[in-house]
Amino acid sequence: MQQSNDSAHAAGYSIIGLVSTALPLLLFAGLCFMWPQVVRGGVYAVQWPWMPSLDIVLHFRLDGLSFLFGLIVTGIGFLVTLFAASYMAGHPHTGRFFVYLNTFMLAMLGIVMADNLLLLFVFWEITTIFSYLLIGFDHESAATRDNAKQALLVTGAGGLSLLIGILLIKTAGGSLTLSEWIASDHQIRQHPLYLAIFTTILLGAMTKSAQVPFHFWLPNAMSAPTPISAFLHAATMVKAGIYLLMRMHPLLGGTPEWMGSLVVIGGVTAIWGAVQALSPSDLKRMLAYTTVMGLGMLTMFLGGNNTASLTAATTFLLVHALYKAALFLAVGSIDHQTGTRRLERLGGLWRAMPLTALTVATATMSMAGFPLFFGFIGKEIMYQGALTEEMFPQFATTITLLSNSLMTAVAGIILLGPFTGKRPDHLENVVDAPLPMRFGPGIMGGLCLLFGLVPWWVSAYLIQPAVHAFSVVEKEVQLAIFHGFNTPLLLSVITLTLGGLIYFSRKTLRPAVTAALDAIPLTGQRGYDITLKGLLATAHAVVDGLQNGSLHRYLRITIGVFAITTAAVWWFNADGWTLRLRSADLPLSHWLLVAVMAVAVLVVVRAQSRILAVCALGMVGGGAALVFLVYGAPDLALTQLLVETLTLIIVSIVLLRLPSLAGPPPGPVSVSRWVDSLVAVGTGIVVTTLCIAITNGTIDRQLTAFFEYNSYIAAHGRNIVNVILVDFRSLDTLGEITVVATAGLAGYALIAKRRQ
Amino acid sequence: MQSYILKTATRLLVGLILVFSVYLLFRGHNAPGGGFSAALVAATAFALFAIAEGPGPVRQALRIEPRVLIAWGLLLAICSGLIAVVTGRPYLTGLWWTPPGLDGALAVGTPLFFDIGVFLVVLGTILTLLLNLEER
Repeated sequence: MQQSNDSAHAAGYSIIGLVSTALPLLLFAGLCFMWPQVVRGGVYAVQWPWMPSLDIVLHFRLDGLSFLFGLIVTGIGFLVTLFAASYMAGHPHTGRFFVYLNTFMLAMLGIVMADNLLLLFVFWEITTIFSYLLIGFDHESAATRDNAKQALLVTGAGGLSLLIGILLIKTAGGSLTLSEWIASDHQIRQHPLYLAIFTTILLGAMTKSAQVPFHFWLPNAMSAPTPISAFLHAATMVKAGIYLLMRMHPLLGGTPEWMGSLVVIGGVTAIWGAVQALSPSDLKRMLAYTTVMGLGMLTMFLGGNNTASLTAATTFLLVHALYKAALFLAVGSIDHQTGTRRLERLGGLWRAMPLTALTVATATMSMAGFPLFFGFIGKEIMYQGALTEEMFPQFATTITLLSNSLMTAVAGIILLGPFTGKRPDHLENVVDAPLPMRFGPGIMGGLCLLFGLVPWWVSAYLIQPAVHAFSVVEKEVQLAIFHGFNTPLLLSVITLTLGGLIYFSRKTLRPAVTAALDAIPLTGQRGYDITLKGLLATAHAVVDGLQNGSLHRYLRITIGVFAITTAAVWWFNADGWTLRLRSADLPLSHWLLVAVMAVAVLVVVRAQSRILAVCALGMVGGGAALVFLVYGAPDLALTQLLVETLTLIIVSIVLLRLPSLAGPPPGPVSVSRWVDSLVAVGTGIVVTTLCIAITNGTIDRQLTAFFEYNSYIAAHGRNIVNVILVDFRSLDTLGEITVVATAGLAGYALIAKRRQ
Repeated sequence: MQSYILKTATRLLVGLILVFSVYLLFRGHNAPGGGFSAALVAATAFALFAIAEGPGPVRQALRIEPRVLIAWGLLLAICSGLIAVVTGRPYLTGLWWTPPGLDGALAVGTPLFFDIGVFLVVLGTILTLLLNLEER
């Protein structure tokens, strides 16, 4: 589906890329410096106030779990950046690319180190936005833009859900500071809001970590440049949801709701991803589905509430990060060197790209779970974890067995497909990728083997500190090459056998899977399409109804709504107000003013020329200004008079260009005219009666007294109106002039558009 | 439309109205006036000018694109509040300076600059609409 369009770049390096490797490298080194302390269970914490009144603090905390994630993010970040420096060389937007990449990495570090939930949310949203920019990096293709938008909408919606969850936590009496909350258990599990909190947080994690039914955005995100896919899938974006579940585990975990839903959702996602991984012929897409499978597995193990399954989750996190990043980058190399990543066009490359072949070999061996590789260790502990799940252990074990077998088969396809067999003619002159592109995958491929040889070291220095950070460990679970003859080992043997069987029957299985998948009527993708279409149609209908381009209708709606809502509010709060004119004995001059205004109104209504109508309207406005002046509001009168004058001028300019009102001979008055008069008279009645009622009541003069007293003392001004505008309430004024400025520019744009 | 009476009167009036507008702007803190009204008065001056001579000469006399006035006005208003932040007070707190020796007859404060910002935004907006409509 996605043809590679970033493969034809010139060889060489992007200088910006090489320079920007310094950031992840320095961060990685910094983390290593903290390693000894973290292994001993130490915690680093710093904080700065940000919005203390809202309980939002720039509170960062590094414990074992953050540390493990931090190492993955910065370590893989470094290797990916280095890879991209060569991969993206010659691309016109390398600068933009590396800024996005590094910002994304920092945001991800922010997520795993934030100790304040709202701060975590801020970083969460930054990763959403930057993943959008990264996935849509080749923005000239419409499909890419759609895929990026899809990722943004799905994960963005999840982000909102997460925000609701965080606010509910606050409502339920929890602390926004994670460490504080964990230290003093707020009994959130017994709270009536627990289910709502759990659901909203889970939705956030599910969308971000591509769990069924929200998994579809992830394979589509493959339209990103390959280094981005590697980074998003192996180390960052999708792991954010997993991180969230881990962090929340000691607070929300362990309930039947948590365990049941996570095991089922994770299990379904794992098997769904694993089956779909068999189908595509695009290597990258295949890897994307295996990521869905991996994320499902992680979620499923986080459903457990014992050290074995939590250790399984943590271990598999690292296993997956290493082999997945290595494979993505290696596929990127293949794509870069051959110009394709479709299975049917690749073959026999092992001689041409020996180091890449070796990398893919170690990574796929780890993925398949062959003994001595890190994946084997991961698989052993996975079976141990699945067997000890509190809920549905048989289901979990079956899922793990089936998914792992499928993974073994997929690993075989990825390794043997491109590298063995006969090399096609069009690949005759292929050579291995440049050094920086071999370096990253090579390192990670090497680690897939190395970590498998020293599991006790990995266990003590990486896994256990992380597990301790988010769970109470009763009995340490050690990783080892050989645990003895037990059920997990037996299951491992079955997995490899079954995987081999699937691999050898791949020629019949793969078309069957593709056909079966096509036959499914409602997938997540189609659900997304329907939802999006429905949303757009609704928006269209509403906008077309309310904003059809007729100024007349806007005014009618605006004024009508104003009158109705004002009347409603007044009606329901109007006990004890009287409608009595305070003094009917007005001087003659006031009556004259009223008469002039009334005549002007009549002229407006009856006028046959627009200019006459506008002038008469100006008279009404001028009369209102005089009323203000008579009753002691000179500022208001001045402004009113000036506004009237300018309105008159501007409207006249416009009106001179419009046809006359006369038009066809007067027939029966149209319905529209009646509606207009109803709105006008209704509004007049509401406002008039309201004014009379207000003047009859007692007016609270506290504020007036305050301003009169403080105006000169605090603000050096005697004109209270102006002092309020520019000093006491200047933030409001700032908002208002921003609106004025926006309206001015929008008006300019409209006029300029008409002129074209 | 060529009206010599209007043109001649305009030459006299525009200057006077503009001076009045500045007067309104500065007296606003103690008596009716202020940035908003001052901007409206200034805008009537330019509107008169535009009616008498057409929008072209108005642009020449202005020397600055009205849209740019909007931006400068907004910037000035925003920045006038930042001075308070630098001195550790909440954003937009009014700060005042009374020159010594004048016995408090003159006080210059950040709200004045804020008001000038309001003046520029409102004037720029009206002129943008007015001139572009006239030129259509």
